Amino acid sequence: MFTRKPFAIIAFVLSFSAVPALAQNAGLGKPLTEGDTKQWDIAILPDGTNLPTGSGTPAKGAKIFAEKCSACHGDAGKGGIAPYYPALVGGQPLTNGIDTVKTIANYYAYATTIFDYTRRAMPYNMPRSLTDDEVYSLTAYILSLNKLIGDDDVMDAKTLPQVKMPNRDNFIMPYPDRL
Amino acid sequence: MIHSKRVGRSPSHDYVAGNGLINRRALLGQGIAIAGAVGAAGSINGAAADPLVDEPWSLEFGSVIPPVQTPSPFEKNVVRSLSNPNGEFRNSHARTPHQLLGGTVTPNGLHFTICHCGVPNIDPAKHKLVIHGMVRQPLEFTLETLSRYPLVTRTAFVECAGNSAPMFSKVPLQTTAGMLHGLVSNSEWTGVPLSTLLDEAGIDPNAKWLIAEGADAQQLDRSVPVKKAYDDALIAIYQNGEHLMPGNGYPMRLLLPGYQGNMNVKYVHRIKAVDQPAYSYFETKNYSQILPGGKTWRFHFVMEVKSFITHPSFGLNLGEPGVYSISGVAYSGTGRISKVMVSADGGKSWGEAALQGPIHEKAFTRFVMPWRWDGQPAVLLSRAYDDGGNVQPLRAEFVAKRGEAVNPVTTPLAFPNQHYNSTTSWAVDSKGEITHVYA
Repeated sequence: MFTRKPFAIIAFVLSFSAVPALAQNAGLGKPLTEGDTKQWDIAILPDGTNLPTGSGTPAKGAKIFAEKCSACHGDAGKGGIAPYYPALVGGQPLTNGIDTVKTIANYYAYATTIFDYTRRAMPYNMPRSLTDDEVYSLTAYILSLNKLIGDDDVMDAKTLPQVKMPNRDNFIMPYPDRL
Repeated sequence: MIHSKRVGRSPSHDYVAGNGLINRRALLGQGIAIAGAVGAAGSINGAAADPLVDEPWSLEFGSVIPPVQTPSPFEKNVVRSLSNPNGEFRNSHARTPHQLLGGTVTPNGLHFTICHCGVPNIDPAKHKLVIHGMVRQPLEFTLETLSRYPLVTRTAFVECAGNSAPMFSKVPLQTTAGMLHGLVSNSEWTGVPLSTLLDEAGIDPNAKWLIAEGADAQQLDRSVPVKKAYDDALIAIYQNGEHLMPGNGYPMRLLLPGYQGNMNVKYVHRIKAVDQPAYSYFETKNYSQILPGGKTWRFHFVMEVKSFITHPSFGLNLGEPGVYSISGVAYSGTGRISKVMVSADGGKSWGEAALQGPIHEKAFTRFVMPWRWDGQPAVLLSRAYDDGGNVQPLRAEFVAKRGEAVNPVTTPLAFPNQHYNSTTSWAVDSKGEITHVYA
């Protein structure tokens, strides 16, 4: 605990008074507005918070996937050309062993993770080059390949968080007191 | 001479456990003689020494002193093991060669590195750290402004959750301590308490999580409990007295002492206060574990109490019988190391090792155990205890709880599972050759 830091002590003492805490801070941070952070503010929460406008379908996603993703993830996401790039479809039951390969279908708790990671990190050689509509379509395509949504289902800010992932309720937390 | 008073004492009094383990105070200048060596003069094999001569380097002017010194050319083998030496388009690991190092501080050039998309080349003058989300006032910091805070310094290990993963193999892999356990390193870190910056931004009491994100190509992000931020988190800007190494987060990283390495987000450029965890890719998949029976762990932050012997170990075969030091590192993500027990007979008997202080919490502590090897087979292992009452599990109990890989583990680069903190055993045969065994 950093309880002996001068600022912390000052903040602690003054927290019992009506003086705004800001007056005791170093004031070295440069103020921003939330609007200033827009381009960086890409993290999606599992309840759908921060999902952008736009939408996509599995059919549109299939075309984009063939063009931008299959070189690494294989046709229809069946597996990588090299062993390093994971398959995006299928998965063995986790009861097979502690070293079962974790996949979207057998492991992920929330479908929002697919959207978030695809948008922030893919394609591997051109991260953040996809439009939001493209990311929705790719997410829809991957989910449909795994039979987690229908072939004609539209994914958008409202529908994506509602996709129920099979492994969601299988997690336990070893240290709940640390949250 | 204190030792002279001990002449005639039975050497057996100084053995503390089977197969030659010697009282930890022996050899440490605390007045206890080396078992079995009392009265012996010089080397036990009595080989004649060569006459002393001046070597060439003592007869000529030395080389120019360089501005940044690097290790002696004779140390050229003291390097990290690379998983991706040719820079293929995938993730890369560099493992610390623990079997070639001493003390507790990992030299900066040898600190382990994992990058999932290469090492970014960041201009520190342009790098920004933004704190926003559930705060009263979003703020932007730079390396220059962070440097103006009253910085704090602490020692901490950083350990990848996948460190020691090859130990999940049913068959012990024959490789070095560095290949098995090289994804943990220990440094002195200097930086600004994250709580100071969160207070300055005015974090909302309803914010329970922080999404910490890096400026690398994947913008790697992890969800961190606000509770941890107010415990001991730092935005670190120095590592062992110099700015961070590029592979360790230059120009700034999140430091969460004792928590999974991946959560110590490198190149940190954004911290967003939120009311729920993000379930980012890395906390969803890689850094979550499958348990026997198919249940899965999430948010397993803590790297639990652990130790391993670095000397002797695989690749450091013994020569003649006689006195050696058994030495290694111990650490716990929950506190200070309180005790390390060492066995030379595969766990049948144990002796308490000496701990080299100062003992910092959530940091490496080196242990030392004097040992007289009699030239017979031995199995060496260590077991660490921390001040929270946690004990490093023996292999049988660990495997009973966490399981072993079903599929053969063919390379120490594999990650069949994570959070391995059980014991590591080295078998010494009668020739002094060392193999990795499960005891």
